[in-house]
Amino acid sequence: MKDLSMHIMDIVQNSVTAKATKIKIEIIENMDEDTYTIIIEDNGIGMSREFVSTVTDPYVTTRTTRKIGLGIPLLKQNAERTGGIFSIDSEEGIGTTVKAEFIFMHPDRLPIGDIAGTVVLLCTANPEIAINYHHVTNSGEYNYDTTEIAETLDGISISEPSVIKFLKEMINENLHLIGISK
Amino acid sequence: MTQVKSLADLRRIKETLQGKMSLRENSNNPESLVQIRVAMATCGIASGAKQVMEFFIEELDKRNIQAVVTQTGCMGYCFAEPTVEITLPGQAPVVYGYVDTAKADSIIEKYIKNGELLDGIIPVNYETIQK
Repeated sequence: MKDLSMHIMDIVQNSVTAKATKIKIEIIENMDEDTYTIIIEDNGIGMSREFVSTVTDPYVTTRTTRKIGLGIPLLKQNAERTGGIFSIDSEEGIGTTVKAEFIFMHPDRLPIGDIAGTVVLLCTANPEIAINYHHVTNSGEYNYDTTEIAETLDGISISEPSVIKFLKEMINENLHLIGISK
Repeated sequence: MTQVKSLADLRRIKETLQGKMSLRENSNNPESLVQIRVAMATCGIASGAKQVMEFFIEELDKRNIQAVVTQTGCMGYCFAEPTVEITLPGQAPVVYGYVDTAKADSIIEKYIKNGELLDGIIPVNYETIQK
């Protein structure tokens, strides 16, 4: 993966497959502690304790179309390459939380990439899922919530091209305001 | 400094759209629309499926073609990513492999507009895979 937003897109797909109705994407940039943390939390079907312990193994997947699952192992590898920490907590019937902590200033910490485009694409592709995106930096925070968007749109589809374009601009401007790092 | 966009601006967009909406209502039956599913599992994302999906969304709107663009999982053709499944109204789905924005452009112009099949269909004996 070229950037962190691609990892996020990938991990969120797992939540979608796990029939989540609520997904929370959180990015916390902490300059003081030199950590860059991504947390993806869903209320999907969850995994059994045994499955969680094996899920970072590339040869473990729930898919039937192929035998290899690389999404989680790749994210784990990229986080650990910076000296960071990776963890998954999951409970059947409750949901799953994936947490990847990178060392902020480490040269191997991938750039965030087009996070606004990623979030908007996830929202338009999964209009039935409530997606919350929260980004925290040392100078502020930004919260984006599809429930709020849906209320404002009042029946108009989030997939309308002019809406998509607007949402991307809105997220980007707000992220610029809180000074997110590349 | 210019004002940062907020939900209040979104409300204005909504109002403009509501005006146009009544025209579209009758064609809201998804069966009558072109359906495009972009494979977006690890393999697809790593190969650039996001740009392809954004291209389809933007270009179909510009070229005035009503379509539903959604995501799907891995179809098992990781070698040929990004892959895109196109279902024209009343026809069997077709999967194209190695789709970049140039390929997506000819898919729109030739396949979606004229029903002309292009190179790069995978596999030859295709059946829909339930995600």
